[in-house]
Amino acid sequence: MGLQNILFILLLLGATFLFIVNVRKVRRNILLGHDIDRTDKPSERWKTMTLVALGQSKMLTRPIPAILHIFVYVGFVLINIEVVEMFIDGVTGSHRFLSFLGGFYNFLIAFFEVLAFLVTFGCVIFLLRRNVIRIKRFISKDLDGWPRTDANLILTTEILLMSALFIMNAADQRLQAMGMHHYIKAGSFPVSSFLAPAFGGMQVGTLIVIERLCWWFHIIGILGFLNYLVISKHFHILLAFPNVFYSNLNPKGQFSNLASVTNEVKAMMDPSFIPAPAPAGHPQRFGAKDVMDLNWKQLLDAYTCTECGRCTSACPANQTGKLLSPRKIMMDTRDRLEEVGENIDKNGSFKDDEKSLFGNYITAEELWACTSCNACVQECPVNIDPLSIIIDMRRYLVMEQSAAPAGLNLMFTNMENNGAPWQFSPADRLNWAKEN
Amino acid sequence: MADYAARGESPEILFWVGCAGSFDDRAKKITKAIVRILNHVGMKFAVLGTEETCNGDPAKRAGNEFLFQMQAMNAITVLNGYAVKKIVTGCPHCFNTIKNEYPALGGTYEVIHHTQLIQQLIDAGKLSVKGGAFQGKKITFHDPCYLGRANGVYEAPREVIEKLDVELAEMKRSKAKGFCCGAGGAQMFKDAEKGNKEVNVERTEEALALEPAVIATGCPFCMTMMTDGVKHFNKEQQTRVMDVAELIAQANEL
Repeated sequence: MGLQNILFILLLLGATFLFIVNVRKVRRNILLGHDIDRTDKPSERWKTMTLVALGQSKMLTRPIPAILHIFVYVGFVLINIEVVEMFIDGVTGSHRFLSFLGGFYNFLIAFFEVLAFLVTFGCVIFLLRRNVIRIKRFISKDLDGWPRTDANLILTTEILLMSALFIMNAADQRLQAMGMHHYIKAGSFPVSSFLAPAFGGMQVGTLIVIERLCWWFHIIGILGFLNYLVISKHFHILLAFPNVFYSNLNPKGQFSNLASVTNEVKAMMDPSFIPAPAPAGHPQRFGAKDVMDLNWKQLLDAYTCTECGRCTSACPANQTGKLLSPRKIMMDTRDRLEEVGENIDKNGSFKDDEKSLFGNYITAEELWACTSCNACVQECPVNIDPLSIIIDMRRYLVMEQSAAPAGLNLMFTNMENNGAPWQFSPADRLNWAKEN
Repeated sequence: MADYAARGESPEILFWVGCAGSFDDRAKKITKAIVRILNHVGMKFAVLGTEETCNGDPAKRAGNEFLFQMQAMNAITVLNGYAVKKIVTGCPHCFNTIKNEYPALGGTYEVIHHTQLIQQLIDAGKLSVKGGAFQGKKITFHDPCYLGRANGVYEAPREVIEKLDVELAEMKRSKAKGFCCGAGGAQMFKDAEKGNKEVNVERTEEALALEPAVIATGCPFCMTMMTDGVKHFNKEQQTRVMDVAELIAQANEL
């Protein structure tokens, strides 16, 4: 075992350790949300996950990005089979360990090269869509600053990773052709064979350096990328699966009935009603002021959001110039949750920072612009539910702060007094039957 | 309903009229159209009349869960008191709330929207429909959010409209991609937030681009918003906004 192998093993262990530590933090942050049961109907959940996450069925409504995304997605998943081989090579010092598969190996490598080409193609078009064609949902002010950099960084990294793969294979081909001892003849290279002539006049030493550099670049890139996921919108590649699995399976129009309110209303209507004792722990607010008032699925939603903006591009409020953007609701939720997480890391437990999701991140104007039409929920390719967060925050505004817009307060009063949202007498309810 | 109860009878179905259908002048016409259809097919139906109250939808969407549950539990007490089994509503908001949110509070009923009932009546051969004055005319259907996306009912209203032998033209944003009229989520009862366009104007513009004779819908709130939108563009002469029930009742001179 050479120095390279020892270095590789250390790198692999270090990257895996760091990833596990950070994922545990994310898990802890998500579990700051209160509990909600999403374990019913397991077979429907598996089916939904297969269709929506694995099969990307909700992407199909926009065919061009759907096809490009399939290239990148399938490429990413399958090229990782080659990464497994690179891990084995890295640990044992072998070269193209799986080449004993013979003809099938050649097919695999050729197939991966085609996929890598499609990934590169997809990412280039994605970069153009964001930076040259400037598609509306990508130039929105939601993405100003880090989110826009994040997106470009991901796409550029993927292109670089794929390029390293091609250059490595091209150098390898030259080394194989030269009959170098370590570089056994293996693989078939439909894409990088076009690059190989460029390496024609090079010395063996130079070629080996290029091949090794690209190998290391690719493997460090993959391990770095793995750890980058945790702090990036790109986390969706992993979280999409659990997030879709735990989707809301009820009709979209069905909003949750707050159990704490049910107890109070029952007690009001029937004095003999004794509610079950509230669970121990901090008393829950009515509705949500901060991320801890949301449920864990809403927080998982926030980490899963990849900021594609389909929700916002379908939102009637946003499309008519209102401040509300469902994508921003999800991004704010994650930003605040990460802030709370850092606070816990620093202080051992959460220390009040006099900030909250409502007020410091999301304003009342955004919340009151929502028509609860469910377009954002319908659009999301990974079943994120921004509407439930909006409604929970409205509940906080109305039930804890009594801060509803004037028109709504009037509507509440009418409903309490006349049983209708308008000022009509209940005695007149059947008047229509007497008219023509 | 009280009359049926006094006679010791029970109707086939309870027609939940809704607040708009009871009080709003335009929506009352929809209510009457539904009643004409029910009478025409001889269905035994009842209404709660003065015992009906708001189902609580606008309170709930506005975040007032207390008021919603008060309204809901009172309504459930009345409905359960009459042992109601089956309900038809003239409004997708009532439909959604009673169907989806009442069961957890103790009120479980079979709830259908009036466009579904009309479709069932046609399919069962109890209601035969001809196009009448609408034959050959271009009609577009605006999906109410709480009927369509919220509950997946896209086809019933369309199948009913197609029975009128008309040209059903679809807007680009229709069915699951339908664009809201702007009234949902209790927006009906408040001023719109600051923006550069009203939601109903955006939606009506899309509908009017098809130059339809009728914009059909199945919701009294969409009715208000789309009617205002048509007025905004001064197109009342060319395009009317009508409920699916009104189309059926009028075409068949019920």
